[in-house]
Amino acid sequence: MINVALPKGRLGEKVYHMFAAAGFECPSILETNRKLIFENPDAGVRYFWVKPSDVAIYVERGAADVGVAGKDILLEYRPDVYELLDLNMGRCRMAVAAKKDFRDDTERTLRVATKFTRIAREYYAGLGRDIDIIHLNGSIELAPILGLSDVIVDIVETGKTLLENDLEPVETIVPISARLIANKAAFKFNSGKIEAIARGLKGQISDD
Amino acid sequence: MEEVRGRVGAMEYPMKREEKVLFGLRALYQRHGYAQYKMGKFEEYDLYARNKDFLVSEGIITFTDTDGRLMALKPDVTLSIIKNTRDVEGYVQKVCYSENVYRISGSTRQFKEIMQAGLECIGDVDSYSLCEVLALASESLEMIDPDNVLELSHMGVVSALVNGLELEADGRAKALACVGEKNLDGLKKLCPGRDLDGVAALISAHGRPADVIAALRPYCATGLAKAALDELEGVTRLLNRQNVRLDFSIVNDMNYYNGIVFQGYIHGIPSAVLSGGQYDRLMQRMGRQSRAVGFAIYMDLLERLDAGARPYDVDTLLIYDEAADPAALSRAVAALVDTGVSVNAQRAAPERLKYRRLCRFEGGKIID
Repeated sequence: MINVALPKGRLGEKVYHMFAAAGFECPSILETNRKLIFENPDAGVRYFWVKPSDVAIYVERGAADVGVAGKDILLEYRPDVYELLDLNMGRCRMAVAAKKDFRDDTERTLRVATKFTRIAREYYAGLGRDIDIIHLNGSIELAPILGLSDVIVDIVETGKTLLENDLEPVETIVPISARLIANKAAFKFNSGKIEAIARGLKGQISDD
Repeated sequence: MEEVRGRVGAMEYPMKREEKVLFGLRALYQRHGYAQYKMGKFEEYDLYARNKDFLVSEGIITFTDTDGRLMALKPDVTLSIIKNTRDVEGYVQKVCYSENVYRISGSTRQFKEIMQAGLECIGDVDSYSLCEVLALASESLEMIDPDNVLELSHMGVVSALVNGLELEADGRAKALACVGEKNLDGLKKLCPGRDLDGVAALISAHGRPADVIAALRPYCATGLAKAALDELEGVTRLLNRQNVRLDFSIVNDMNYYNGIVFQGYIHGIPSAVLSGGQYDRLMQRMGRQSRAVGFAIYMDLLERLDAGARPYDVDTLLIYDEAADPAALSRAVAALVDTGVSVNAQRAAPERLKYRRLCRFEGGKIID
């Protein structure tokens, strides 16, 4: 039995349909109820919905054999997992954004508000820039508006939220998309099935 | 597990798997001439500062000794062993150990005390000594659980194929990380337009040694790559063990490791329980001419294997009342223990205690 951690939400539902098309379907998952675990013994697969940012934890610790997680989470938490496939879905980018009239004063320490402190720290370390990291858990866009920070590092999809708050992306740090990840130990004992999943999904990925 | 001889009094049954395994491993290594090496808990911090990247986790617990020297609680055993060995010619020094080390654990970001057992073979390491270490790694895994895999990689093969991409230092490190993650898509983005066939084969080939070597042959036809693959082939042939697989996603730091590197997995444990390799480069960095190979087993991970295996805290809960004669009760408990069961004698049943059998001690007798 292969355990699959899917991220709750629209992306997870799309991903499930790809798994189903690859021969790992589990019709009960589509019923509307509050169950968290769905199993199809015939296909040898068990799915469960978890918070998107937790998928990597389930996979790294072996509660799930495979899962689908955003590259943002993989870069931030560096779980020790295999990254088998870029699903080319849920595409967005990790970017630096600031108020439209922002001028980068390089004489001063840059105050950066973000949920992704590791990504931000490594990006600015690469530039040799001294920064003051402000870790926030949500509504990051507020920080520069209220003067809490100079810039933010966050995920930008369409840029609409930024625009509505008079902010704009200044720099792209890294493009983001959903990835198929696998537990390293599970791969040793179930490589045939995990590779079959990866192959089945790969055939459905669009290149654009 | 049958190899574990000796009982601790009548207490063999409550021994945890990691304790049994530890005794077994020690006996196994000593039978092959590995001498037990006892170390102090502390080491001068400087030793680790100089070889920071060799350590698997950053973060070291330090304190100032009475003479003002900065000391550290050992985060690693290998460096201390190397420090205390000297270069020898014509033979090898074989040491084994079981020690606690103090590291930041990956997922919790907290310091943890981790029990490590392992061995090091330092000196004139030839192909026999190398194979002996690998065979002992394989047997160690078998001793823990028969459902296991010992995975071998060769840094020479990995490095030759990745070097073939002709990347700058930064790009090379990223390419190696992609190999470690089996991340072919990431590699394609990293080196657009380059011929990735060799590295792609490196990422996708894994499994039985003969199949993997055959798959990689076309990409390792000359020079260092061929020599490394030949060595790997020779070693796996000599080893000839069922649990051995090849997988090149084991990418240890090339500043320290060279040659064969390996990891061991047990079904049911989510990460590698055994990790090792040839570390001649580390020896050179520490001013030694000798070659070296060794491995460590993370004993704390074995706890996971037996979770829920013991549904009871104790075999027998024996309830006595205030009138019971202590001497008679003590004889009754001893008699029960002698039958090989564990006994918890109490005046009232402790909350949440799980027991197999409940008895009363009344009128000098045990009543069910």
